[in-house]
Amino acid sequence: MEVTSQDFKKNAHIALHDAKLQRALGNLKAGFPGKRAAAIARLPEFDALRDQARDLKNHILAHLDLYLEEFENNVTAQGGTVHWCRTAEDARKTILEICRQQDAKTVTKGKSMVTEEIALNEYLEANGVTPVETDLGEYILQLRNDHPSHIVAPAIHLTLEDVAEAFHEHHQRPKSDDPAVLMQEAREMLRKQFVAADVGITGANFLIAETGSTIICTNEGNGDLTQTLPKTHIVVSSIEKVVPTLEDMTLFLRLLARSATGQEFTVYNTLSTGPRRTTDQDGPENFHVVLVDNGRSDMVGTELQEMLRCIRCSACMNHCPVYGAVGGQTYGWVYPGPMGSVLTPQMIGIENAGLLPNASTFCGKCEEVCPVRIPLPKLMRHWRDKEWEKHLTPGAARSGIGIWAFFAKRPALYRWLAQSSNLFLRLVGGKRGRVRKLPLAGGWTDYRDMPAPSGKTFMQQWQERK
Amino acid sequence: MSRAEIFNRIRTGLHIGADDQQRREAVQQRLQARAANLIPQRAQLPHDACIKLFIQMAEESAAELIELQHRSELAAAVEHWLSENGLTQLVMASDENLQDLQWSGNGALVREERVAEAGDEASLTNAFCGIAETGTLMLYSGPDSPTTLNFLPDNHLVALSASSIVGPYEEAWQKLRSTVGTELPRTVNMITGPSRSADIEQKLQMGAHGPRRLAIFLIREE
Amino acid sequence: MANPRPRVGLFVTCLADMFRPEVAFASVKLLELAGFEVEVPERQTCCGQPAFNSGDRKDSAAIAQQTIEAFDGFEYVVGPSGSCIGMLHHYPELFAESDPWHQRALELKSRAFEITSFLALHLDMDKLSSSFSGKVTYHDSCSGLRELGIKKQPRVLLSKLPGVQICEMEEAETCCGFGGTFCVKYPEISNRMVGNKSDNIRATGADTLLAGDLGCLLNMVGKLKREGIEVQARHVVEVLADMVDTPAIGEAKGV
Ligand code: SF4
Repeated sequence: MEVTSQDFKKNAHIALHDAKLQRALGNLKAGFPGKRAAAIARLPEFDALRDQARDLKNHILAHLDLYLEEFENNVTAQGGTVHWCRTAEDARKTILEICRQQDAKTVTKGKSMVTEEIALNEYLEANGVTPVETDLGEYILQLRNDHPSHIVAPAIHLTLEDVAEAFHEHHQRPKSDDPAVLMQEAREMLRKQFVAADVGITGANFLIAETGSTIICTNEGNGDLTQTLPKTHIVVSSIEKVVPTLEDMTLFLRLLARSATGQEFTVYNTLSTGPRRTTDQDGPENFHVVLVDNGRSDMVGTELQEMLRCIRCSACMNHCPVYGAVGGQTYGWVYPGPMGSVLTPQMIGIENAGLLPNASTFCGKCEEVCPVRIPLPKLMRHWRDKEWEKHLTPGAARSGIGIWAFFAKRPALYRWLAQSSNLFLRLVGGKRGRVRKLPLAGGWTDYRDMPAPSGKTFMQQWQERK
Repeated sequence: MSRAEIFNRIRTGLHIGADDQQRREAVQQRLQARAANLIPQRAQLPHDACIKLFIQMAEESAAELIELQHRSELAAAVEHWLSENGLTQLVMASDENLQDLQWSGNGALVREERVAEAGDEASLTNAFCGIAETGTLMLYSGPDSPTTLNFLPDNHLVALSASSIVGPYEEAWQKLRSTVGTELPRTVNMITGPSRSADIEQKLQMGAHGPRRLAIFLIREE
Repeated sequence: MANPRPRVGLFVTCLADMFRPEVAFASVKLLELAGFEVEVPERQTCCGQPAFNSGDRKDSAAIAQQTIEAFDGFEYVVGPSGSCIGMLHHYPELFAESDPWHQRALELKSRAFEITSFLALHLDMDKLSSSFSGKVTYHDSCSGLRELGIKKQPRVLLSKLPGVQICEMEEAETCCGFGGTFCVKYPEISNRMVGNKSDNIRATGADTLLAGDLGCLLNMVGKLKREGIEVQARHVVEVLADMVDTPAIGEAKGV
């Protein structure tokens, strides 16, 4: 996927003027946050669960190597194979290799953000293997040659008309704008694919060390068909998703659906352990787990380690006013919203993604809703620190802060600066009490008036009164 | 190659020296204890109340609940449900809990014990247990319970013994381990309601890829 | 009653100093009403937030040291902004734990309060009286709300004033889009956010917008005025201190 994070501002401009996108984003705002609030209201222990989840994740990360080892041992003991991939490239090659061994022509895919991260579809296609997305949202995107704009609701940026058009074009059926009819169409189209596929690829929400199992949490059932019908099941997951036991997984499951969609529980929570047993009547004959690192092990032991607690629930973006204004694709890569603003610089470089951690007012709503209490604003600030250290902060901003800090560190000069600015603004504000246009402050006055000071500075007046 | 590199980076990041006996012990302890984390009050109830909660939560998830007094009523109830919905075909698990049912043999119902195939109208399987906390069914794969039955047919009918209903998920894990041991079957399913998607404009539609309808036949006494 | 009155150092904040001195005077009045001796240390400037949020930790730390020294010896440090006081609470992060300044920063943090939360703890609320009367709506500024837990305090204080009728707006807790340098770095997004906010304010039918942070207030007033929405705006302390004779923020003088 082409990276356009450098164009965040341009993307945002386009998004803000895209009436259709704005309508679609309205659906998000009207949906998830209210449902989450209602679900949480029914579970008085929710905040206590969040504390436990944060602590458990911290324990896991402090023992990450050992839990991964245990997971690998148990996958192997159950007849599966674990593949370790340091980079996206390693992961793509490994997956293609497995497909080739199976002589695979088509692979069905359940929803997986990690496969987006490693740009798997493009790679498979280029190498003669046809990937078929089976999650309804991902299927729509694939037809449109589009990319997810949200980690849970990938097609949230599209409207009913968009879907109707895409289906009409690809399904050779009369155009319908009834969502039920459209879903039925997708169901019929994909049925054949599920049965015909040679390999099924899914993601994993968690990896369970105790049993060597992987779990997917879905609502559609496409993931289950994807991993049950083909001869080979490949799970693509990242390394931080390991949890010790089924009981520990349960802690996260209680938080995940409620934080994501406001459901009590996702419809299908399915554990896969190894390939089918000799006496089983169905299920895949081969079970592979591809573990992707792609920069995560470098986060261990750093300030960014806290980001590895993320369980990909999407609550942070669902509640983010910036995401809500510009949508996910504005962020210019796979992971949008607050979690993306922390992860993307790690994965594609701060020099390419510096605008993302800056595109936040630090309002703190993301941290307030994060089920594993990731201090997202603090981590975005961490990237701003890194930018400053590496002299990546744009020149004007850097010198602006430099000049301002020069004064702020010298109280007497600062008084003088405050008084002069105050006087200037009062003069231009005149009797109206506000300014409509101000040189060098276009960012402000293009959109709003600038209230003028109501009198001399407080420090002046205070001195005079004494 | 990658494996060693990844482990190296993790261990460097965590400042792990040669001796990590303590860490290993902590990990083994956690793995062996399989201790529960916080269990919501809501799920800690006497058995009768668990059954009530199960029914409430399952119905909220859009599952249909049909209550039966005895397993002997199951076949007739299934036949009735199918004929009411104009269905004449049923695929079943060869599960021992579904043997010796008193099928009427009347009508046009074609009943087979096999894995599911694309186009199947309805399936009947037996749940391992019910989880009251969220009205969730637990089923697992085995020689007599193929997983495709839970996903491919348009209608999924499930027999559930009221006696198998537990409060929280944790009790289901215990029950599962005491039945199959610590090595899990290939597939363990937790199912809460029928398939759905809100991927088109956030409007919820039932019946995405899995069953459009989930009917639970709750059997009160065995 | 031989005890001298406890001393509070007023953290004026840049915006109150430069744009709205009334806010600082109102704070002084309220603190005195609560029985404190109020002083305004000369060496204070800005809390350092612009540098901190731009990644300039060195200047942030220097400004933090200056502020810590300026407020040495006061029993409390109180300011009319959740955002600036929230910044004072970040100071310990700027110094390594082994650095003696870390301890001093922690110590400052333990004494630093946003004004409404401070008054809610220390003021005998029966002493409040205000000639203000009208329908108000209250915007919860992000830093105060989420870093300092300020939500009920201003509302409790306002509820003691018989003339004040509170009409809550939709999404009172959603950011107004100010965000310090954010509003000029990402003006279009900021504009959308403050546009949503002014819609929500207008929908309440309130005639006055109150909040506890001048940054947000200047932003919201600027937008309300630009859109020609007839809602006046004040910092909550102006109403609490009965200092409502001066024109509201951004209003013409002498009308
Ligand atoms: S950062 Fe937190 S809120 Fe955002 S997706 Fe991850 S877990 Fe969810």
